[in-house]
Amino acid sequence: MSDARTRPTTANVSRAVLEGPDIQRALTRIAHEILERTKGAQDVVLLGIPTRGVTLARRIGERVARFEGVTVPSGSIDITMYRDDLRLRPARPLGRTELPADGIDGKIVVLVDDVLFSGRTVRAALDALGDIGRPRAVQLATLVDRGHRELPIRADYVGKNLPTAMSEKVKVYLSETDGRDAVVLIKEEDR
Amino acid sequence: MKRHLISAGDLSRDDALLILDTAEELAQVSQRSIKKLPTLRGRTVVNLFFEDSTRTRISFEAAAKRLSADVINFSAKGSSVSKGESLKDTALTLQAMGADAVVIRHSASGAPHRLAEWVDGSIVNAGDGTHEHPTQALLDAFSMRRRLGPLDGRRVTIVGDVLHSRVARSNVLLLATLGAQVTLVAPPTLLPVSVGSWPCEISYDLDGVLPKSDVVMMLRVQRERMNAAFFPSAREYSRRYGLDRDRLGRMPDHAVVMHPGPMNRGMEIAAEVADSPRSTIVEQVTNGVTIRMAVLYLLLGGAELEGGAQ
Amino acid sequence: MTAYLVKGASIVGGEPADLLIRDGLIVETGAGLTAPAGAETLDAEGLVALPGLVDLHTHLREPGREDAETVETGTRAAALGGFTAVHAMANTSPVADTAGVVEQVWRLGQEAGHCDVRPVGAVTVGLAGERLAELGAMADSAARVRVFSDDGKCVSDAVLMRRALEYVKAFDGVIAQHAQEPRLTEDAQMNEGAVSGRLGLTGWPAVAEEAIIARDCLLAAHVGSRLHVCHVSTAGSVEIIRWAKSKGWDVTAEVTPHHLLLTDDLVEASPAGAYNPIYKVNPPLRTREDVEALRAALADGTIDCVATDHAPHPVEDKEAEWGAAAMGMIGLETALPVVQLAMVETGLLDWAGVAQRMSIAPAHIGRVAGHGMPIEVGATANLTLLDPSARTGVDPGAFASKSRNTPYTGLTLPGKVVATFLRGRPTVLEGKLA
Repeated sequence: MSDARTRPTTANVSRAVLEGPDIQRALTRIAHEILERTKGAQDVVLLGIPTRGVTLARRIGERVARFEGVTVPSGSIDITMYRDDLRLRPARPLGRTELPADGIDGKIVVLVDDVLFSGRTVRAALDALGDIGRPRAVQLATLVDRGHRELPIRADYVGKNLPTAMSEKVKVYLSETDGRDAVVLIKEEDR
Repeated sequence: MKRHLISAGDLSRDDALLILDTAEELAQVSQRSIKKLPTLRGRTVVNLFFEDSTRTRISFEAAAKRLSADVINFSAKGSSVSKGESLKDTALTLQAMGADAVVIRHSASGAPHRLAEWVDGSIVNAGDGTHEHPTQALLDAFSMRRRLGPLDGRRVTIVGDVLHSRVARSNVLLLATLGAQVTLVAPPTLLPVSVGSWPCEISYDLDGVLPKSDVVMMLRVQRERMNAAFFPSAREYSRRYGLDRDRLGRMPDHAVVMHPGPMNRGMEIAAEVADSPRSTIVEQVTNGVTIRMAVLYLLLGGAELEGGAQ
Repeated sequence: MTAYLVKGASIVGGEPADLLIRDGLIVETGAGLTAPAGAETLDAEGLVALPGLVDLHTHLREPGREDAETVETGTRAAALGGFTAVHAMANTSPVADTAGVVEQVWRLGQEAGHCDVRPVGAVTVGLAGERLAELGAMADSAARVRVFSDDGKCVSDAVLMRRALEYVKAFDGVIAQHAQEPRLTEDAQMNEGAVSGRLGLTGWPAVAEEAIIARDCLLAAHVGSRLHVCHVSTAGSVEIIRWAKSKGWDVTAEVTPHHLLLTDDLVEASPAGAYNPIYKVNPPLRTREDVEALRAALADGTIDCVATDHAPHPVEDKEAEWGAAAMGMIGLETALPVVQLAMVETGLLDWAGVAQRMSIAPAHIGRVAGHGMPIEVGATANLTLLDPSARTGVDPGAFASKSRNTPYTGLTLPGKVVATFLRGRPTVLEGKLA
């Protein structure tokens, strides 16, 4: 476990639970597991859920290609329009949906997200997939599973199981979007 | 975004770009076999049309239905509804029905403003008198951007009956917000006396402006206007301000031709120009559904906003 | 009849004095008067005494639109506004174009008793602008009509206007013209300018008023008759009237309180919301420059008087989209406060000037006997007592008028009419109908 440190910009107490190398190792393991479970990643399509799931899908795809020389198409699927909590906040900007040219019909779609929490995002993603096509199977990969599921959903590939309290927040930083790799656990202090 | 979309002038640059970007994403949905999103399930959109406009009504109806909203079409045309008292009574009826959004088309400028005073739902102006038609301007901007890229610095020429055109008013405001340079070309009789205070240039010389235009938007000119002496004859209007093949040839190669419809072929636009590949007229119809989906999503797809707050 | 001793009122803004009122007349003035037996004393310290206000331009709506106003409710509003005489415009239903109708309106005024009602006769039959109405019969009737107007419509036919101006010379009448060139104002909705262009509302250009005023001044000069210009609304009109007066022609003019205060940008943005027809009026609200010119003209006498153009409409005629809504604003109960705000508190007029423009001049133009007289011994006791230090939030619900279409809702206006005397009899006391 990495050293705990306090971020001076907030009144909250933050602790990095995964650093860069931890994340790299977790993604490598997930890539291997996908190859193993799907028997060589034939017909696999990696679909990331914006924003960081898309980056993670791309990284996993690169690893699969490096290990076995197969090109796994990756893309993104925005689930905003399928959320069940739209009315709790002002209308949100949409993320990008970019599907591989061959589509998803008959494919094994691996959804990729950064944090698995209530499962509602994944539920929305499954609905979105249903409107786009008919995959042969859908699997789920997540960098962090922090528990507290509210729906009967579980991940097929998990980078790290992270026990958390409901009041805590998990934030994933990736170098492509945030300049560094880290998973940070934020404890909200009473103020 | 504010709670209503009544004037293109209500949109900040960020608002306008958000709508266009949202539409860009939603354009994909129109190409799927399942052209439907569950987003506005349980929300009610009322199309309140006091003026005939099948095209605009169908466009809004398709947009709302693709977002899974319940759509109620209320056509006041033909019934005894025409006076203002009825607008208020109609508003109270809609209020009682719990309409989340009311899309209103009315022959009186300002009718959507009045309606907004009387109902709680979001008001979308689908054309009010000779005032504004903001979703038309948004779909025009969207069509331009898809053809030409970002609109900053682009030169847009709008030609025709500006005085009576809600399309022109909304386009001038929105395009100025988006950084385009707008030039209005019309006979002086068909420009408002105060047009000098608008954020655009004015010219009476179409041929002089065409070579410097990235977009030429032709407005519908009603033949009846000549009876009120706005111009002497259809023939003279067409000669001085109509877009024919010769004039099309004077435009830069990349420039596009737009028309909000319905067209008077042979009057403001020659048939061969309307049907040329430079024309976006058919795309404008497709883009109309997409942009209206974006507007309805951004107005209704989140928590209800308190009286126009951010 | 009860006698009243008004103590310590500032006479048209001058030195405080006492006024003894008896038998309809001012019988004694001076300092330290003592009340004779049976006289009621009114402490008027801090109040300004004005000669009873006279309105040249009121729509009482009766007969025909009693849902908007009646002579009874309209004259109550007038009394509360400090008026002792109002001219009831002719655009009723039926139109006041015969001796019968004007006498009916006059009698209704007598019966109501809140102020004198002077009917205005229509210039043309049915306001249709085609044939002269029987002007002489109306002049000779019990109503003694002296002011003739097709108000709401312009006598646009030049020949008809010339004949009307000539004809009324026989009985010292005056033609009060609603100056609006009809072809230039077809379907006009608001002042033609930057705001109308943005709002997409058909413009009512200033030239449509100015062209008619110029023509009518020339006609009045040509035939040597009296012309009165209703509700002047533009800076250009002021220039034309100033020019006509400089020639010595018998031209008079009025301005409404709302044109002294409000501008056309309220149609675009106001607390009442955009396109709120509460601001729809004819002639329309103009620009800030016009308002400044009108104030200056009223101050220097180019415009002779203030007239309310009190135009009541029922709620449903205003709660509509702009194009369908009725034109007009009520104004009797806010006229004096608005004039205080626009003219007195800006230093443009003193109270003597207000007396001139809201009582003396309109009474003279309308040939209204017994009104608009100086406050002195022997004068008919038509009086208004005003508390200039009062500040009142405008509450349409509190108006005596049957209608609520005021543009001032929510504004705080200065000045409050405390008492009004009509021929020595109080019609208003302590700010309420007596």
